[in-house]
Amino acid sequence: MSYDKPLPVPDPESRPFWEAAKAHRLMVQRCASTGEYHFPPTTFCPGTALERPQWVEASGRGKVFSWIVVRHPTPKDVYADEVPYAVGLIELEEGCRMTGNIVGVGVDEIFADMLVQVAFRDVTDEITLPVFEPAKAS
Amino acid sequence: MWALRDKYAIAGIGCTDFTRASGRTVRSLASEACAKAVADAGLKLDDIDGIISFNFNDSAPAMGVATELGIPRANYAVDFQSGGNAANLITLTATAAIEAGLAKNVLCFRAMNGRSGFRLGGGRDMSAHGITQYTAPFGWITYPQAMAMWRRRYMIEYGADDEGLAEIAVTFRDNAVLNPRAMQRTPITKDDYYNSRPIVDPFRMLDICLESDGACAVLITSAERAKDMPHKPVYIMGGAYGGGPNQGDDLFDAIRWPDHSHNAFKYLADDLWGSAGIRPGDVDVAQVYDCFTYSVLMALEGLGFCKEGEGGDFVQGGRIARTGALPLNTAGGLLSEAYIHGFNHVIEAVEQLRGVSGPRQIKDAEICLTTAGAMTCASAMLLRN
Repeated sequence: MSYDKPLPVPDPESRPFWEAAKAHRLMVQRCASTGEYHFPPTTFCPGTALERPQWVEASGRGKVFSWIVVRHPTPKDVYADEVPYAVGLIELEEGCRMTGNIVGVGVDEIFADMLVQVAFRDVTDEITLPVFEPAKAS
Repeated sequence: MWALRDKYAIAGIGCTDFTRASGRTVRSLASEACAKAVADAGLKLDDIDGIISFNFNDSAPAMGVATELGIPRANYAVDFQSGGNAANLITLTATAAIEAGLAKNVLCFRAMNGRSGFRLGGGRDMSAHGITQYTAPFGWITYPQAMAMWRRRYMIEYGADDEGLAEIAVTFRDNAVLNPRAMQRTPITKDDYYNSRPIVDPFRMLDICLESDGACAVLITSAERAKDMPHKPVYIMGGAYGGGPNQGDDLFDAIRWPDHSHNAFKYLADDLWGSAGIRPGDVDVAQVYDCFTYSVLMALEGLGFCKEGEGGDFVQGGRIARTGALPLNTAGGLLSEAYIHGFNHVIEAVEQLRGVSGPRQIKDAEICLTTAGAMTCASAMLLRN
């Protein structure tokens, strides 16, 4: 059966992110003049005079800044078999935030500042989505 | 102090029935509310030369409404591409347009088939463009899901007690029971709140506002002209619109918002109180944007009625009831009256200040606050009689 959930439509700003995800690498942007990492991507570094950010590979490690657990599926036909599922707002080690599903842990077991690491799910031939799972003990 | 303080007034109001299925076009709902507001102000359609709305999701264009009504000179017909955050922005903009000589008598309206047409609580396109490509593919799609992320962060910072949210839901429903316009008039208890269906943790069904078909409109004119109109003028004392840094690409996007335990109201509070030269303690009654129970806490905290993290305690003990020190959402709010994207709050504010709210009237109400918006940008207004 074909994949029936919302899919990202890469654009000139996001294409490097999705292409890297397909290769199972997590990329974010870094602004050289400030040293700050940021996400979602933009063409120019915020707070600068049109400086172009660089794409850099993130460590993939972070912690749960906030999260939700979806119990009621919307749209119903698309998510009926998925609930309950968790969506996290993840603070990456680099300091910027990213959204993604939190997997590999019961939805009632998630807690604030839980350490997570990125994994990848190839959902179509073109698109790979990052997900976050509990960090393995190092 | 705001240069336009008390120089402009709301002189007419109008609204349609609030329903689940209007069976009508959105434009016709808007036209009905607008025509009623014009008549309420004792004016004729020929007197109208401005018309403003905001149109995130489902709406009708201002010039289309002017066309259906047959307004001959709709000079300042403007649509803001904004959500509930603009419900007070458009009224403030009307004062600016009149002051600038662009119009004299301006209609402001919001109309939507929010239940039978485009449902904000429903899904989105399966192709996730723009900022949505970082949210929708993870099943983070609806506004309850968006706001739940804020609420969770607040709980991490300040504790997971939902008692204040229960108090808000029950109190607003109690007000709606006395409001013939309200869509939900069956009393509820705190047990009903806690037992309502989990939708998206940490929100239950009774944390989430209604979806409604309907329209509301107000007529803004100069204080001078308003004095000769049929109703007691309701003066615009002050107002503010805005937010903080990193407001995001759209209303949903708060990925870069610095701290989700407060929203835009923290950033516009000083502008709001400074515009009218009053303080929170001067407010007699308030209509606070309640797309979610939690939004009320963020507005009260952000605007300085209480400290951040203390809203849940602040709203308890009868303080926000009709007999309390700060009666809130006296018509039932978006939670229990209707969701006309916050514009129904403006109608209720005017009725309270005219003193015509019947059994839900707040005695001696002289100053009413209205707020609009719940996330990274918002608007607010201070009205007086």
